Amino acid sequence: MIAFYFIALLTLASALLVVLHRNPIYSALGLVNTLFLIAVSFVMLDAELIAMLQVIVYAGAIVILFLFVIMLLNVESEVRSARISKIGTAGLAFVLLFAVELAVFALVRDPSGAQELPAGFGSTELLAETLFSKGMLSFELTSLLLLVAVVGAVVMARRKVES
Amino acid sequence: MHPEHAHTAAEAVVLATSLLRWIPLLPLIGFGIGVFAASTNRRSIVHITGPGSVLLAFVVSVIAVSRLWTLPAGGAVVDNVFTWISVGMLHLDMTFRVDALTSVMILIITGIGFLIHLYSLGYMHEDADEARFFSYLNLFVASMLVLVLADSLPVVFIGWEGVGVCSYLLIGFWYQDMANADAGRKAMITNRIGDAAFLIGMFILVWAMHDLGAASLRFEDLNRMAPQLGAAAPHLVTAVCLLLLIGATGKSAQIPLYVWLPDAMAGPTPVSALIHAATMVTAGVYMIARLSPLYVLSPAALDVVATIGAVTALFAATMALVQNDLKKILAYSTISQIGYMVLGVGVGSFSGGVFHLMTHACFKALLFLGAGSVMHAMSGELDIHKMGNLKAKLPTTRWTFLVGCLAIAGVPPLAAFFSKDMILEAAFASGHVVLWFIGLTAAGMTAFYMFRAYFLAFEGESRVDHHTEHHLHESPPPMTIPLMVLAVLSIVAGWVGLPHGILWGDAWGHYLAPVLASHEAHEIAGSTVLLLTLVTTGVALGGIFLAYSFYLKSPGTADRIAERFHGIYVLLWNKYWIDELYDRLFITPYVIVSKFFWKVVDAMLIDGVVNGVGVAVGKTSDVWRRLESGNVQHYAAAMLIGAVVTCGVYWWLA
Amino acid sequence: MNVPVENYLVLAALIFAIGCAGVLTRRNFIVILMSVELMLNAVNLTFVALSRQLVSMDGQMIVFFVMTVAAAEVAVGLAIFLAIYSQRRTVNADEISLLRW
Repeated sequence: MIAFYFIALLTLASALLVVLHRNPIYSALGLVNTLFLIAVSFVMLDAELIAMLQVIVYAGAIVILFLFVIMLLNVESEVRSARISKIGTAGLAFVLLFAVELAVFALVRDPSGAQELPAGFGSTELLAETLFSKGMLSFELTSLLLLVAVVGAVVMARRKVES
Repeated sequence: MHPEHAHTAAEAVVLATSLLRWIPLLPLIGFGIGVFAASTNRRSIVHITGPGSVLLAFVVSVIAVSRLWTLPAGGAVVDNVFTWISVGMLHLDMTFRVDALTSVMILIITGIGFLIHLYSLGYMHEDADEARFFSYLNLFVASMLVLVLADSLPVVFIGWEGVGVCSYLLIGFWYQDMANADAGRKAMITNRIGDAAFLIGMFILVWAMHDLGAASLRFEDLNRMAPQLGAAAPHLVTAVCLLLLIGATGKSAQIPLYVWLPDAMAGPTPVSALIHAATMVTAGVYMIARLSPLYVLSPAALDVVATIGAVTALFAATMALVQNDLKKILAYSTISQIGYMVLGVGVGSFSGGVFHLMTHACFKALLFLGAGSVMHAMSGELDIHKMGNLKAKLPTTRWTFLVGCLAIAGVPPLAAFFSKDMILEAAFASGHVVLWFIGLTAAGMTAFYMFRAYFLAFEGESRVDHHTEHHLHESPPPMTIPLMVLAVLSIVAGWVGLPHGILWGDAWGHYLAPVLASHEAHEIAGSTVLLLTLVTTGVALGGIFLAYSFYLKSPGTADRIAERFHGIYVLLWNKYWIDELYDRLFITPYVIVSKFFWKVVDAMLIDGVVNGVGVAVGKTSDVWRRLESGNVQHYAAAMLIGAVVTCGVYWWLA
Repeated sequence: MNVPVENYLVLAALIFAIGCAGVLTRRNFIVILMSVELMLNAVNLTFVALSRQLVSMDGQMIVFFVMTVAAAEVAVGLAIFLAIYSQRRTVNADEISLLRW
């Protein structure tokens, strides 16, 4: 229990670092930290493969991509405006409201389940079995999506400046 | 069942050929080439294609008519081109058909049409819009041919509207002058009134035919079903006949829709000769003759037809007495002569009406072309008081014009002597003595006003001003050859319909008999016929003599008489104020109502609503478009708000 | 190890809210994309937590797909950002508002 609270607090702190820090590089580092900590949560939830993928795909690929773009463009620290705009304020109020709503949802749920987990739950074997039976079509479509994304990204990034 | 299969064994012999479609198609092709030439300014092409296409159509017509003559009496040559409309019981083919009546018409149209095209080569030579002129003229010939070749009323209507459009285009040919354009519009609008009645008559007819189980407007079916139609709905037949008559009065310039024809003289003279004398204006007479089996079923309608014809003949003749414009005289004369034709068909002498149509086409085309020749020589001057003694300089024109005058006056043995006589005789024989007398009076007036024009223009002292006199010249051969051909035709055209018992007798009537309804012929004694002929001839010669003594022997008599009967003179000079009456009665109220609908209903009400809706939408949009800030974060915020509200509602309900 | 599933759900809700706030308030386009990643991960967390609660591998399978989509989204998003940057020389989302009235 204590371990959970410890991890949870660290996760929230790193998430706040992502959102609050003016320098994008620190934000990216905060993001990588958050993702690691969520991976820890995954492990605690008996999802070892997902946790592994989280580290490899997110921390290893996506965040590197972010950092690469930041470095490439030499993005400077954000100049924080003196006051937050009206829409920003309203947005924050709604964000707060939304968090409360979700939390209330989570808490008022009828706690059911908590059964004994079968052996090998969350293992690579079981996940693969689910993926290639129930999720076969989705899996194949995902490959197509990735292909489209690769082509789209190349086309967008290589576009010449027309002036 | 398709009406075509309903033919009985006794039906006439029919020869099917794909030749007939070329008769209207050739001038239509000429029209197409003319349009091309007009738009690319290659005028020389139309010198060949304009008259050439009509000549070819004439040749094809002659071939078609010779084919017709190989068939036994009552036969017909048909050409089914394509199915036009086939819906429900109504089956309508685009079919051309040449029978005795049509053979007469196509030969007139293509024959005289060709002569007038030839004449136009000389007449329009200096006009920059020559190509446009010839393309319109070709289109007119094509439309007129469709009109007479049609084997059903709707196809007739195609031609009917086609010639109307061409008439409009050609009257307003020199549209740069507003008066000409106005004259074209007047012709168009007046004709629209008649056309609307024509259409309604056609609708009623197809409805009545449908009730009899044969929804067809083919002449063959109409004529075959006519007795049943008359038995089933006599009042309907009368109504249809009267509505079609209104259509005919529009196209053929009869009372009450004649007002456009005098103004139509604004067009080039060959147009007046071809369209407004020889062919188009006789379409109404043709149509009534074509539907004669229907008309004989309604004596009441026939009486109306005859009365309109006779009154128009006299009415127009009186107006022609005082006109000074040579073409206007001829215009009123045309109205008057068509009145004769209408009188002829009205008293049941359908062959007589068509006979006069044919002879009139010859001598009136001749007179108009003669007037055009004079106009050509006089640099556009048309006032007969400014002419005089033109015979010296224009011998060919003078002689041919004289032949035309003699022919129209009814001097034996020229054309109108026989045709006019046939009509008057039929009027007398059928018991319409009053109408006969009106016709006779008009015949005298015809002789008078035609010779008044002739004497003032060609004989006596020259009143031509010096400048014009210097330029006086006979027209070139393209113009004089048609004049001479038409003069010969004006002499001989009447010989095909001699009175009963002389030489070959009434060959004309026998030829047309199979296609025209036979009205019960009132046999009158040979001595009465002779007497009537003598009276008519006497009246005609009297008219000529009066004109001679008034204008040639003792000039000034006419002025003294005009002084004496000043009221009548003013009345005639102002054409009975009919134009002014129509203006007050119809046009002014119409304009007022139109202005109301324009200024109030359209400009204020309809535009107000339309623009109001537009402005309202614009103003509202101006407010709402601010939502589209283009900023992604605003959209994200909107999404978030939506999610919050949705979850909130869900939770609140659960 | 018997942390109730509600705890994970509340944690996920909070991370999601933080991501939301980032998307709404930050001007830097890259940081906005990072915030979106945060939100996606919060959702992943709930999936995994509920997957364990309900003893079903379906939740984990969905997470697998979400990761794939997230990777694609970041790749394309950054490519678009590069294209915009080369045209307009800005990283600020509120300055990229071409699609407006």
